[in-house]
Amino acid sequence: MSTGALKLEGRSGRARAKGWFFYVFLLASLAVGFIALATLLIDVFKDGIGQIDRTLITGAPNVIEPATAGAGPAILATIYLMFLLLFMAVPIGVATSIYLEEYADKTRWYNRLLDLNIQNLAAVPSIVYGILGLAFIVRGPVGIGRVLLAGAMILTLLVLPTVIIASREAIRAIPDSIRQGGLALGATQWQVIWRQVLPAAVPGIATGTILALSRAIGETAPLLLVGALSYISFNPTLLGDFTALPIQIYQWIQQDEAGFTLRAAGGIIVLLAILLTMNAFAIFIRNRYQKRW
Amino acid sequence: MTELESTTADRMVEVSAETFVDRQESRSLSRETLFSVSDLTVSYGGFPALAEVSMEIHRNNITAFIGPSGCGKSTFIRCFNRLNDLIPSAKVEGTILYHGQDLYGPGVDPVEVRKLIGMVFQKPNPFPKSIYDNIAFGPRVLGMKDGLDERVERSLHQAALWDEVRDRLKESALSLSGGQQQRLCIARCLAVDPEVILMDEPASSLDPISTTRIEDLMHELKRDYTIVIVTHNMQQAARVADMTAFFSVRVSEGDGRRTGILVEYDTTQKIFTTPGDKRTEDYVTGRFG
Repeated sequence: MSTGALKLEGRSGRARAKGWFFYVFLLASLAVGFIALATLLIDVFKDGIGQIDRTLITGAPNVIEPATAGAGPAILATIYLMFLLLFMAVPIGVATSIYLEEYADKTRWYNRLLDLNIQNLAAVPSIVYGILGLAFIVRGPVGIGRVLLAGAMILTLLVLPTVIIASREAIRAIPDSIRQGGLALGATQWQVIWRQVLPAAVPGIATGTILALSRAIGETAPLLLVGALSYISFNPTLLGDFTALPIQIYQWIQQDEAGFTLRAAGGIIVLLAILLTMNAFAIFIRNRYQKRW
Repeated sequence: MTELESTTADRMVEVSAETFVDRQESRSLSRETLFSVSDLTVSYGGFPALAEVSMEIHRNNITAFIGPSGCGKSTFIRCFNRLNDLIPSAKVEGTILYHGQDLYGPGVDPVEVRKLIGMVFQKPNPFPKSIYDNIAFGPRVLGMKDGLDERVERSLHQAALWDEVRDRLKESALSLSGGQQQRLCIARCLAVDPEVILMDEPASSLDPISTTRIEDLMHELKRDYTIVIVTHNMQQAARVADMTAFFSVRVSEGDGRRTGILVEYDTTQKIFTTPGDKRTEDYVTGRFG
């Protein structure tokens, strides 16, 4: 370049075509996901939007008359599950990640083993957690039976690895200079974690955690295994029989009568609304507490 | 390069000579020993980064550590507030007596040490909180809750920052300029009533004007505090320090490992005008480093 004349014309047509092709490929990839999602949503809304009424949200289910069949107990149970998950998975998950990030000596083999196992657990299929729950929580040592709490416990185990990974990322993103600054003032390690690291990590922890929870709320398989029933006509209690919204939807779809399929579409919209509310809440928290360094 | 180096060196010698004439009489050096370091060796993963340092640091003095990169001066300053404890592979041998008590002795809690021996870091590290909360953090965690407002104001005054921030104490500390942030960190450190302030290259990320302000501040602070500063900048050492320690690197003949050693420790004037060691002379005249 240094010797030749100044050349400002573009590269060869071939190089340019490659760049253009790559751009089109990116757009096409985006389109696959977007079109699939849009189709799904349009289809569900076409069938389901007319189904959203008081009966659907608060009524009890029945297997005879679709128009009067509601998902009230299921919706309530799903909301219960959500809060139980929040109160079980978040403290345990955040505490674990604080240990792993702030206290654990990473040169020790047992800490590395823990680390590796948590990564692997995040990839374990949810049905496996269901089997574990059936063996240890419903029956086995804990033996609390096929109750709502058992479902919540198993979903907690399911989301824990994801919560831990997300929280660790958030904690790791806090610069060490903040910790050193706190320690150099005579704060204890706990004071630094509680007053500096955790508040600064809240946006990351909240976002990761709520996304993990909303994922769990949509889970069906492990709940089926720990005994969520498909037909519950009364409101759930912590230690009673329960169902959940995804299971109610599944049960409706299996009915022969077309009216129930439409009811299922309505249920899906309610489930989506719950999930979107949670995600919106996550975004709100992230923006509210976000800090620049 | 050679030309540049020699001009830098000439200028430097000139600056430092002037500085001494100016400040000669104002220096009534305290000889009261505050720290007494003997045979201090710091190793990372079994390999010494700094070996066999012995020196005494006097009260109400500014003591500067200078030397080329990798000579262990930052490692050394972090021994005084036991910040090396945070690195699991770091091992400190030898003793640092502080008021006659070994900082590394059994039963010494590093948290207690750090209350008395504060630190200002190379890069300003304000907490992502308001200016007020930054200063108040130390007093709060140490339970000094009475008169917090006055304490915050006093610390900001001492760090020559009060006039610039008095109307914006609730604003984020991150909205301050780099130089202001560093003075905020100094104020934060002063708020817990330390006896010693360690400064690890406190001005290396600042512009010349901010640097001057920090240096002026150090002169103010040495009346009440003992200051230890690590600096890359020899003029800075010449301008601010009463005592200067020159560190260098010893390269092992066998495996080429680099270990920091203390070459010479004396009054700043002696180090910069009539150093006793050839290596110090080479360094301060810009021929090496």
